[in-house]
Amino acid sequence: MIAALAGDHNVRVVVLGAAMLGGACGIVGTFLTLRRRALVGDALSHAALPGIALAFLVGTATRFGGKSPLLLLLGGALGAIAGVGAMLLLRRASRLRDDAIVAAVLSVFFGAGIVLLSVIQGMRSGHAAGLESFIYGRAAAMVAADAWMLAIAAGTVVLVAVLLSKELRLLCFDEEFSKSIGWRPGVLDGVLMALVTIVTVAGMQAVGLILVVALQVIPAAAARCWSDRLSHCVAIAAAIGAASGAVGAVVSAAAPAWPSGAVIVLVAAACLLVSLVFGSARGACWRWIAHWRSTRRVAVEHLLRTLYELEEAASTEAPGEGVAYATIAATRRFRGGELRGGGLHAAIRRARRLGLVRSGAADTIVLTSAGRLESEQLTARHRLWEHYLIERAGIAPTHVDRSADLVEHVLSPELLARVARSLGAATAAAAPSSPHQIERPDASMRSAPRDPRPAPPRDDPR
Amino acid sequence: MRRDTAHGRDSGLGPSSGAELGAEHSPDAALCIHDLSVAYRGQPVLWDVDLDIPRGSLVGLVGPNGAGKSTLLRAVLEMIPRLSGEIRVLGRPLREARRSIAYVPQRESVDWDFPVRVLDVVAMGLYGRIGWFRRVRRQHRALALEALDRVGMADLAERQISQLSGGQQQRTFLARALVQDAELSLLDEPLAAVDAATEEAIVGILRELRSRGRTMLVVHHDLPTAPLYFDRIVLLNQRVVAEGPTATVFTAENLRRTYGGSLTILSDAAAALGARGGMP
Repeated sequence: MIAALAGDHNVRVVVLGAAMLGGACGIVGTFLTLRRRALVGDALSHAALPGIALAFLVGTATRFGGKSPLLLLLGGALGAIAGVGAMLLLRRASRLRDDAIVAAVLSVFFGAGIVLLSVIQGMRSGHAAGLESFIYGRAAAMVAADAWMLAIAAGTVVLVAVLLSKELRLLCFDEEFSKSIGWRPGVLDGVLMALVTIVTVAGMQAVGLILVVALQVIPAAAARCWSDRLSHCVAIAAAIGAASGAVGAVVSAAAPAWPSGAVIVLVAAACLLVSLVFGSARGACWRWIAHWRSTRRVAVEHLLRTLYELEEAASTEAPGEGVAYATIAATRRFRGGELRGGGLHAAIRRARRLGLVRSGAADTIVLTSAGRLESEQLTARHRLWEHYLIERAGIAPTHVDRSADLVEHVLSPELLARVARSLGAATAAAAPSSPHQIERPDASMRSAPRDPRPAPPRDDPR
Repeated sequence: MRRDTAHGRDSGLGPSSGAELGAEHSPDAALCIHDLSVAYRGQPVLWDVDLDIPRGSLVGLVGPNGAGKSTLLRAVLEMIPRLSGEIRVLGRPLREARRSIAYVPQRESVDWDFPVRVLDVVAMGLYGRIGWFRRVRRQHRALALEALDRVGMADLAERQISQLSGGQQQRTFLARALVQDAELSLLDEPLAAVDAATEEAIVGILRELRSRGRTMLVVHHDLPTAPLYFDRIVLLNQRVVAEGPTATVFTAENLRRTYGGSLTILSDAAAALGARGGMP
């Protein structure tokens, strides 16, 4: 069926036109959203409706031809400009806030447009059916002349975006600074609104008044998930917009009963969803993966340190005998850690796979030599931080364990060296003794009495 | 003594270019402010400010919250309209001297999540020089990188600005001002909420600029450190309370007049003007 559609000249025209429109909308939408004027763009497109209706009435009255497309588009443009003018006037002359101004203009103008449309419908039944296509969009009605107009509109947008790329960038990023070098933000804002008017008027046929702002905002939002550079964001938004336009036009050609504007925008929304999850710059998917990896690593590190401390405490007994699983579970749970139940199993499995622990006799876990080395370093980091907090930051010894639990995983070698230097410690490799009593469950698994006598900080070279 | 007073909106002034500002102003000053009054929604926030900033000085502008310090900087740059007053920068009117002024806004004035790199932000300082429609070229980027090096951030040039700490953000703004290579710099709270190392670095750069004959007017948020950093101090609370060399100005009496409760009559008059409305 796709082949049949591709062969159809009309469909090709529509797809090309919709693609150009989508690309132009993506470019304009990037600047519009970064300038925080997306709602103004929405009001602008809604304000075009009474302009179109009035143009139709003027056309029929003067026998210019009510349905002349040029006249209707001109009316739409004038309506949009009137909407912007009304917003500026309200901002200057009233105490209304910006969001109220936008909402007021949008609803009043659109309401007036609807009323005018019903008047038109009352005049001659059937005539207004064509006008409604400007509200919802009917891309299938696009002919070569419309595609040419879209090409000119898209070309203008690209030209302005390239010529004024640094000007628009500064306007959107730091309006204050732009004023300080003598620029007039009002002029640049006017250029931006003119571009929005151009894509709105050009897009009225294909996508419809109501959704043309969506075709600007959604590709821009999607592009932001893939890049942190403005020029790349603009290009990606153009590409996503163009693709949405093309695919949406094809789908709409296959299902002519569906309004093309909605179909195109839904395709764009699907792109946005994919971008939000998988986008290389901000995708949720990569954040989740990074978080999961980090949690896994932290669990293994906590396990190693627990084993080290248990071995340290049990050093009077036979070393190398390993620690019972139940003891580890009880200790970490007692200390309020996260290694409960399944988490502990997974951490032990992972540590085993990394060669840091092995199974000992009678269902115990033993540190391998690699594991002992790493756990000693971890414990050194933990305790050095605790010493630092107690001696340099004046924090009570009973309070430092929780903080060290967090910080031990992120202490870079450089920061660690600075901590060691500040404490006068010879080296950061040897684990000092713990500055506080390490809480341990007694035989009956009830909480041991906490004894906050701080041990004098002392290097314990091994 | 002739006073050029003009009342009106925007920058509506009376006699302009070349006019003398009166004998009490030094013609050689880096910044000459004469009888500046600014209102917000009809309510005056700065009353009749007279100020001369001599060349080659590092001047601190201090005062309580709402004193109009940021407003003063903005009015000097004609970013907001003024009720009256004239400004001369290096002896010339503002529009002739734009290239010679750099402005460092407050950090909060910008959305730091914007998709732009550190180098791009610093290069914005050159936009005024590059001119409309022209592109940012390699030599501009090289200048921007040089400025980043002076603030100690050359290795962060490619980084996205959302990944910067507060001190790094401030240094980026400072680098943007440095690349403008301006005679006069106006800085709005550059040391607010930065770490100690950044504060030292920034003050060092300002002192280095001063030793090269540049002039800096700095809105400073932290009163106790003001006498350590600045040669001259302006005490502002909706009007200039005192200004001059630090040792002379930074006295208990002057501080009491600046910080110890407002002139209530002045505030009430301002409120009455605001209530009357009619002025933008």
